[in-house]
Amino acid sequence: MTHTRPEPVQVVKQRRDAALKALVDGIPYVTFLGIAFERHGDELTTVLNYKDDLIGNPTLPALHGGVTAAFLETTALIELGWQHLWSEIESGRLDAETLGPATLPRMPKTIDITVDYLRTGLPRDAYARAHVNRSGRRYASVRIEAWQDNRQRPFAQATGHFLMPTPSEE
Amino acid sequence: MTDPEDPRRALARQFIEALPHCKALGLMVDDVQDGFAAMSMPWNDMLVGDPTTVVIHGGAVSSLMDTCSGTAVIAHPRGPTSTATLDLRIDYMRPATPGQSITAEATCYHMTRTVAFVRAVATDDDSDNPVATATGAFTVKT
Repeated sequence: MTHTRPEPVQVVKQRRDAALKALVDGIPYVTFLGIAFERHGDELTTVLNYKDDLIGNPTLPALHGGVTAAFLETTALIELGWQHLWSEIESGRLDAETLGPATLPRMPKTIDITVDYLRTGLPRDAYARAHVNRSGRRYASVRIEAWQDNRQRPFAQATGHFLMPTPSEE
Repeated sequence: MTDPEDPRRALARQFIEALPHCKALGLMVDDVQDGFAAMSMPWNDMLVGDPTTVVIHGGAVSSLMDTCSGTAVIAHPRGPTSTATLDLRIDYMRPATPGQSITAEATCYHMTRTVAFVRAVATDDDSDNPVATATGAFTVKT
């Protein structure tokens, strides 16, 4: 009777963090906006680190509506990419250590996104999480919520539809 | 194109092009008419969303469309003093061609005392084939 011991925590963490880093590193626009990603198990929270460049209306001041839309869209795209990558990595089909542009699964493409601006985006950090309503072979529907000080008071939410990469494109 | 001396266009350009995020994107006001605005965003490597295809991120296109739509609202003859986006839907028809600037045109086609309705379209050099279209509802403050 053989019993396989669970992997050491460092090994698990290193593999998952390397996979996430490979997914989000090298996307210039993510760096341009200053978006970071926090991982708890497979749950991702995207963080929009505040900088003055993100302001659309200096008199309020308020985050630019386009920044908010971009933040929500990025959250959805990375969540979809991450869910796919997670299963590939955890099943051992892909090796997190050798992930690169050639081996990474292709990113989904946005078909449409509807952004609901609930309140003014304040000049401070913002957070967002995506919930995949449905992810089929070809299409995915994702809901995203963004908040600042209070998780219960989102300042924006969105629903988007995405085209999933076909296996031949991967 | 309007006369480059057009005072309203000059004012809009001064105002829009000074907004921090618009400055970061390098947005340029090309034209402003009654309830209409045209803007462009020059190609910038930093705005790439997919390093494999070198296609610009949809979010940058959203920022361009949102700014252009808001400007069309402010340019409406009813003269609102300020506006904010209530809702914006963007449809992406095709990836923008890498290396080309993106141009947006927005029309505020209806305005009530409290709400403005806007349609916008974005294209690259192939102006007959939209890259994205948008419809939005904006607040109106008089």
